[in-house]
Amino acid sequence: MALSRCAGWCWRSRSSSGSPSFLSWSSSWPRGPFDYIRGEESGQDSKLIERLNKEYGLDQPIYVQYWRWLVRIGRLDFGRSFQPDAKPVLTKIGERLPITLFLNFIQMIIIVALAIPIGVASATRQYSLFDKVTTVFVFIGFATPDFWLALLLMILFGVQLDWLPISGLRSLNYEYMTFWRQQIDFLSHLILPVTVVAFGGLAGLSRYMRQSMLEVVRQDYVQTARAKGLPEPVVIGKHALRNALLPVVTILGLSLPGLIGGSVIIESIFAIPGMGQLMVQSVFSRDYPVIMGNLVIVATLTLLANLFADLAYGMVDPRIRFAGRRGRRRR
Amino acid sequence: MVGVLVVVAILAPVLAPWDPNKPDMKRILESPSGKHWFGTDQIGRDVFSRLLFGSRISLAVGFVSVGIATLIGILLGAAAGYHGGMADAAIMRLVDLMLVFPRFFLLLAVLAFLKPSIWTIMAVIGMTGWMGVTRLVRAEFLALREREFVIWSESIGAGALRVIFKHILPNALAPVLVAMTLGIPAAILTESGLSFLGLGVQPPYATWGNILNDGKDLITYAWWLTLYPGLAILITVLSYNLLGEGFATRWTHDCANPRSDACFGSAAD
Repeated sequence: MALSRCAGWCWRSRSSSGSPSFLSWSSSWPRGPFDYIRGEESGQDSKLIERLNKEYGLDQPIYVQYWRWLVRIGRLDFGRSFQPDAKPVLTKIGERLPITLFLNFIQMIIIVALAIPIGVASATRQYSLFDKVTTVFVFIGFATPDFWLALLLMILFGVQLDWLPISGLRSLNYEYMTFWRQQIDFLSHLILPVTVVAFGGLAGLSRYMRQSMLEVVRQDYVQTARAKGLPEPVVIGKHALRNALLPVVTILGLSLPGLIGGSVIIESIFAIPGMGQLMVQSVFSRDYPVIMGNLVIVATLTLLANLFADLAYGMVDPRIRFAGRRGRRRR
Repeated sequence: MVGVLVVVAILAPVLAPWDPNKPDMKRILESPSGKHWFGTDQIGRDVFSRLLFGSRISLAVGFVSVGIATLIGILLGAAAGYHGGMADAAIMRLVDLMLVFPRFFLLLAVLAFLKPSIWTIMAVIGMTGWMGVTRLVRAEFLALREREFVIWSESIGAGALRVIFKHILPNALAPVLVAMTLGIPAAILTESGLSFLGLGVQPPYATWGNILNDGKDLITYAWWLTLYPGLAILITVLSYNLLGEGFATRWTHDCANPRSDACFGSAAD
């Protein structure tokens, strides 16, 4: 199963670095990536910019540029940044990738750890006060812009109460701290960004969990389990929960791109040096190789995440085997 | 609620107590008062008026981009679902391919090559959001294609276009309408996120996102620049979501036959 899925994805990921990115190249340049050179005496600089544009092939038509980029990507050559540091794109992304992955991983764990109990609790006591409160919370969670929540929390905890740091991942005096102080410092920087993302994600996942649980509880085998005198916790925890988890695993896999996409805004607000922040900075400075590289890496990550979700699906549900296409497809 | 919001957006020039773009250097960063209900920003513009005018842009972006997405979605979904075979395979692979990119990254990448304006924002949000509708329409078409009334009209010689638009599409619209209602708040959230980053609708146009962007450096002092635009987004998105949810339950649970005319009539008013 794993192999066949892999093959499919390899094909897809190869083509995925294709057409959508082509769309993005097919437009005129509003301003060039080398404008940072332009200084006081623009006569000299214009020539320099022209030369640089020529050297990097930016004077060529879009399709030529895109084709060249595609050929290079085929050899896994992501090129170098247009910024003055001219670092290879992969190095630049590599510096930031672990941070984004780490944050998303923590967020995911928190969301899952909270959403499943909440979903189960509100499904088993449908229309109770708890259920109603969580439903309201879910709708508000869906509608809250995450960056606004981030700003509000910054005002409350960062400025008014002054409990938590509001930007970056480390304090200025990080170097001079003891080891344990450093860990506490790092964690306290994580609290706000993780809370913001978890809030939105929690709403969605707990809703799905509730829905899925409600469907399962009505099934015959749950009735049977009750009828043979099993205590309620066993019925819910063992018979119902396991089956209710199946669709949630799929949803989880599908929600990953959204989570990674959300890190763009969160990282920009909290000044976290991750991929999202890199993306925004490159867009502002028109650093095309970094933008395109970022897009390819993020797409690859999404594919991997989907693959893991599918494999996990196979593990949670023994009925799903490498039986070909008749099994439940991801899409 | 949704109706009220639309009316407010249309009547913004009448309702706004101040000119949203007129700076007043004597009244910089005033906190909310009887005169300026939601305070003023760093060049003395009235935040309440700017919010009213911002609602026009947010709603316009929501409607137009969802319109674009729905149009693309219906065309591709109908083609894939009706013709099947190669067309279906090609279109569904295209959908898979677009879904590989986290939307926000894709949006930023596309915007990097374009000049930001209201129109490009609408177009770009619309063109990155059609995949869901395509799938919905395709699924509906696959189910409806084999129904008697379709086969009947084909058998008396109706062309493909006529069958698609006259016979199948009207029967497939209910889930599309739900998706549209839920798509509008998503588009509004996306637009405000982009404007917040400074990559969306550019000043001097007031949008909820760029008011928040203006206020972000002043959160230590001017909380009203942050609180009210966010509340506006929250309320708008919430009301559209509730409306969409209402449509969905009405069409799937309350009617014995979700495609009967009675259901459509009751939901449309």
